[in-house]
Amino acid sequence: MPAVEFEHVSYQYKSGVKALDDVSFTIERGELVVLMGENGSGKTTILKHLNGLLKPTEGRVVIDGTDTRTATVAQLAAKVGLVFQNAEEMFFESTVREEVAFALKNFGYSEDVVKRRVEWALRFMELDAYAENSPFILSGGEKKRLALAIVLAWGPEIIALDEPTIGQDSLQKEKMAEMVRLLNTQGKTVIMASHDVEFVADLSPRIILLSRGKVMGDGDAEEVLTDMEKLAKCSILPPQVVATLNRLQDLSITRRTLSVEAAAREVVEKIWR
Amino acid sequence: MPIIEVSSLNYRYVGQRDYVLRDISFMVNEGEFVLIVGPSGCGKSTLCRCLNGLIPHFYEGDLEGDVWVAGHRVRETPTHVLSQHVGMVFQNPQNQLFSLSVENDVAFALENLSLPREEIRRRVDEVLSLLGITELRDRSPFELSGGQQQKVAIASVLAMRPRIIILDEPTSFLDPASSLNLIETIDRIRKSLGLTVLLVEHRIELAAPRANRLIVMNNGQIVYDGNPAEFFERYDAHSYGVYVPKVVRLAREVNKHVRLFNKPPLSPEEFEERVRMFASRRV
Repeated sequence: MPAVEFEHVSYQYKSGVKALDDVSFTIERGELVVLMGENGSGKTTILKHLNGLLKPTEGRVVIDGTDTRTATVAQLAAKVGLVFQNAEEMFFESTVREEVAFALKNFGYSEDVVKRRVEWALRFMELDAYAENSPFILSGGEKKRLALAIVLAWGPEIIALDEPTIGQDSLQKEKMAEMVRLLNTQGKTVIMASHDVEFVADLSPRIILLSRGKVMGDGDAEEVLTDMEKLAKCSILPPQVVATLNRLQDLSITRRTLSVEAAAREVVEKIWR
Repeated sequence: MPIIEVSSLNYRYVGQRDYVLRDISFMVNEGEFVLIVGPSGCGKSTLCRCLNGLIPHFYEGDLEGDVWVAGHRVRETPTHVLSQHVGMVFQNPQNQLFSLSVENDVAFALENLSLPREEIRRRVDEVLSLLGITELRDRSPFELSGGQQQKVAIASVLAMRPRIIILDEPTSFLDPASSLNLIETIDRIRKSLGLTVLLVEHRIELAAPRANRLIVMNNGQIVYDGNPAEFFERYDAHSYGVYVPKVVRLAREVNKHVRLFNKPPLSPEEFEERVRMFASRRV
């Protein structure tokens, strides 16, 4: 059974804006998928459909075999952990540990289970040293990791992240990429919205390309991110390696790659052949 | 005479043990485009606050050393005077916009200066056209895209006709294409007005090709101040928490095979130029 199925999904906001327009795709368990597109392309709207915050105006969203229209947000939240772009703005507990424990207690787990899950999530996100600190004095990167720890603690099979690299510096981004890979290798299905093209190129996931609520492309990173024409149509800047090689086409540099090493070899071979 | 002069600046926020800025000294000449980078928490935003007078006039703390901006000693100059010389643009444009129309937002500060109606109108026209947002004049700032909002914020600041503009991560909430557009706009305005620009920015791959100077901060100190390309050539940028653009890595990788680049290219255009120069010589 696939983790996520979108069948001809359209979604119209009350204002009349059509945020999704006949979107279809299937995500298998254990996949790493990035939704890409400019602001307003529908990435966040798709994520909100995963845990039932939004229900399709037309079509069907099926999560792990359950039609989201027949399930409550609480039922879906157990399957899908959604980390919002500005999740850190919702912190309210006085310590990092309590912040993680809060949702678990709400799910009704026993004190012992709560304790063990909290310890595990804090360790996994490398926040155990800050367990007794106030969430508000954490750095931006640490706050992002805490938001993720909160979701991981209740063990959803599907993790959805909205723009996890916004406001992060380069070291924090590397850390985030590491965490995402680790989660994925542990069998979690990871679905992420991002317009950070170099971050995505390094992760090398499957990419679903969106523009104005429509799916414009769906394939592996190398295929989608080297298609200059399609990227331009979706107002996405190509990765620098791709943009660079593309400028040298007339020197018979035709290779399409995301890899710095492969691109360098291509330049050297064609110019010094 | 430099337009910004900072000497032996130390600062810590009230109640904090550690200094956020430590022994900062630098000068900026009129018309320079200075890019300031460094990992989160390195003191970039605090430095900006020292230049526009928010420190020490709004933030308490211990300030040592001296800051001169456009001939004014910041410590002794009220912020409403400084704001006519230094314009400040922040991460989130929504914090800077509050009126019901773009025009009113841009005119707001001018009205506070009690300028004549005609002059206000002239200046509003001028900055809207400069930023290419004349058609947004009657729109509500809150229904605009992030990139448009940021341009409105810049327009409001420029209407005061400052000689310096400081932007603290203005592209944080924008997608890459809008970010590039904003940075290009800033550079264009700098050239046409002779403005001095200080830009704090994580998207170094978009900003570095346009800046003529790079200041790298780490842990409250300036660890590099000079030519942007030279920084990537001589320093291990990664160990300072600075992102190394892919085109720089690509040039390094090419150099392992053939030594083509004496200094790292900062954009695909610069990379192309160098390769073509070499290729044409070989024919």
